[in-house]
Amino acid sequence: VTTRVEHCMGTVFTVSIRDDGDWSLAIADVVGWLHTVDATFSTYRPDSDICRIHRGELTVEDAHPMVTDVLDRCARVQHDTGGFFSSLIDGQVDPTGLVKGWAIERASAMLSRAGARNHAVNGGGDMQLAGEAEPGRAWAVGTTDPRDRSRVLSVIEVRDGAVATSGVTERGRHIVDPFTGRPVANGLASATVTGARLTEVDAYATAAFVMGLPALGWAEPRGGVEVLLVDEEGARHSSSGWTTNEIECQLQ
Amino acid sequence: MKRAILAAASTVASLVLLLSFKTHGPSAVATPPAAVSNGTNSGGNDTSSATTTKNKAKAKKSTTTSRAASTYTGSAADTRYGPVRVRVTVANGKVTNAEAVVYPTSAALDQQINSYAIPQLNSEATSASSANIDMISGATFTSQGYIASLQSALDQAGL
Repeated sequence: VTTRVEHCMGTVFTVSIRDDGDWSLAIADVVGWLHTVDATFSTYRPDSDICRIHRGELTVEDAHPMVTDVLDRCARVQHDTGGFFSSLIDGQVDPTGLVKGWAIERASAMLSRAGARNHAVNGGGDMQLAGEAEPGRAWAVGTTDPRDRSRVLSVIEVRDGAVATSGVTERGRHIVDPFTGRPVANGLASATVTGARLTEVDAYATAAFVMGLPALGWAEPRGGVEVLLVDEEGARHSSSGWTTNEIECQLQ
Repeated sequence: MKRAILAAASTVASLVLLLSFKTHGPSAVATPPAAVSNGTNSGGNDTSSATTTKNKAKAKKSTTTSRAASTYTGSAADTRYGPVRVRVTVANGKVTNAEAVVYPTSAALDQQINSYAIPQLNSEATSASSANIDMISGATFTSQGYIASLQSALDQAGL
């Protein structure tokens, strides 16, 4: 097992490679990539392309080509979620809700190309998983209890997939309902989504948190997308496939 | 307050290690023990990183001497206030002790830790000790929040 922990984008990334070998070069490439994405998209860095666009110093067309790529993906997810995900914040373009998942999915693809078939890239609790944790054993992903982060509420098995959670963080309520412009207040404490690719799954988790309980009905006809919602009372609400993927263990 | 941090860090680590510890079966292929590389470097100016590589020879050793207690010291997880490092004692395939051997002592960290109300070990988590958990999903934590996170303890264990 080769593990790398990297601080970037205001959170912490864990890269875990389960194949034998010396992965130092591949990991260095991934770390460089994550910092490049941060330098381009950060809303906290005055010299980032996004901040320059906000100040009117740069057009999307003249920005780094990946800005257009990410905004296109934002538009698609906005459509998929009926507008519950949006990259327009206060009238300004802000793809923050999608960019980390996109960066992680690309990082995972980089590791696959380098020959690491079994690996995880987890950025602050949102992850793309490739292969298995051990030969014959899928990745076991625990989701934290939003009311007590030391506790695990549910453990699911994932092979070649993505998991993302949105919700109330240690910083409080920061997810804004794009329809009201106000922080989400629908009784949910967290929303976790699983699916194939983290670009969409991460943005879907944000959208599901904004939707509230109707997210279950939204997810049900979408093949391969499963949802676990936890409300402020600690009650769980999940799509049918979530339960199928859940590992039986004595978790409360 | 220093003691409180130590106790809290140990509690987080032991909780997660109970959740995460896996026994490693004897390896069929002997891996050269000198193959460990800690040389990963991003080449950039970010110093907030840590890389660990655990080879199979070490895992094998721990199982073949299962009667005796083995200790593992995790890699340092850097926080903005300094590194945190956890040492774990394993006996008969179970974590019997976990303690922070390196931890920050600044007053600012005291406040930070207290504001996150470091999780306490609880019986529900202990009952989940049979589960092999590899990764943790939760609402995105900040760089500072990572120190008290379950993912941090998994990473430090390097298991």
